[in-house]
Amino acid sequence: MIQLTVNGKTEKLDVSPEMPLLWAIRDTIGLTGTKFGCGVAQCGACVVHLDGEAVRSCVTKMSRAEGKNVVTIEGLSENNDHPAQKAWQEIDVPQCGYCHSGQIMSAAVLLRENPNPSDQDIDNAMAGNICRCGTYPRIRKAIHLASEMQEKSKT
Amino acid sequence: MIAVILVSTIALAFTVSIHHRITEKEYIGITPIKKDSAASVAAFKQVYKVLMSPRCLNCHPKGDIPLQGDNNVVHSMQPKRGKDGKGIYAMKCANCHQAENSPGLHTPPGNPEWHLPPADMKMVFEGKTAHELAKQLVNPELNGHKDLQKLIAHADDGLVKAGWNPGKGRTVPPLTHAQFKKAWITWLQTGAYAPAK
Repeated sequence: MIQLTVNGKTEKLDVSPEMPLLWAIRDTIGLTGTKFGCGVAQCGACVVHLDGEAVRSCVTKMSRAEGKNVVTIEGLSENNDHPAQKAWQEIDVPQCGYCHSGQIMSAAVLLRENPNPSDQDIDNAMAGNICRCGTYPRIRKAIHLASEMQEKSKT
Repeated sequence: MIAVILVSTIALAFTVSIHHRITEKEYIGITPIKKDSAASVAAFKQVYKVLMSPRCLNCHPKGDIPLQGDNNVVHSMQPKRGKDGKGIYAMKCANCHQAENSPGLHTPPGNPEWHLPPADMKMVFEGKTAHELAKQLVNPELNGHKDLQKLIAHADDGLVKAGWNPGKGRTVPPLTHAQFKKAWITWLQTGAYAPAK
């Protein structure tokens, strides 16, 4: 039995320690917002937060996640109102949408560590999240907007 | 008396600059050495082959992005070094590189300590001649503040040894780890001479 916290809820899962965290999130727990893309940490579709870091859950084994705090796109905010989520909606960023839970989870780490990122900061932070629809200009625009929203929400 | 002379000799070999010399105290307790420039240079030529192999060189790049593959290409996704060498924001090394190699061909290799040298001590191997690299490796201001004992111990560092367990699809260095360690220690203990320019 492997115990971990997912979106604030304690989960005890009867799974192999070798199982990728992504499998447990999607197939065992049933949270399907996190996507399977490449399976080898090359695309970023499966990004979740593991103790706050934007790990790729397709290569993160359950043995690493044991006892830790996992946040998926479903748990990023209570009402889909994280500044990145609101900015994504405002800019209408997604095209097919498949990569965007991973994009938003990566953007959330950037915005936490650098509340006012430059274009270069955004490129540096988001270079590992691939979008085959090519929505990169809108992603960048949305992160700038999210930064502004985040700043305003503090005042 | 002999010990004092030997220690002083090492201190000279590890002179950093006219402003900073390694004190004798820093070398108390090391295995006595026998200076032998020919043996030292010969050993370093073996060491250099390993340090220039992709498994070592790829994480000692000139720039702030690691290299990858047996052909030393810039790492896909262009992850940046960051201040501590462990990446930045959503692109931290450990976000993809696990504590162990991921299964499968050309999947991310892993180690619990996976990182580049930090931004304030880049320890570049890429593009260095044997002469330049030998000089750099014994300069504590450029080698991560390692004295002779720490340099010797570094041969058994977990991340160094990971070079011999690189995951499927990657070649290992041209010497075995045991051969490398022997050459490394021989080079250091015979005076850490740099090959000619």
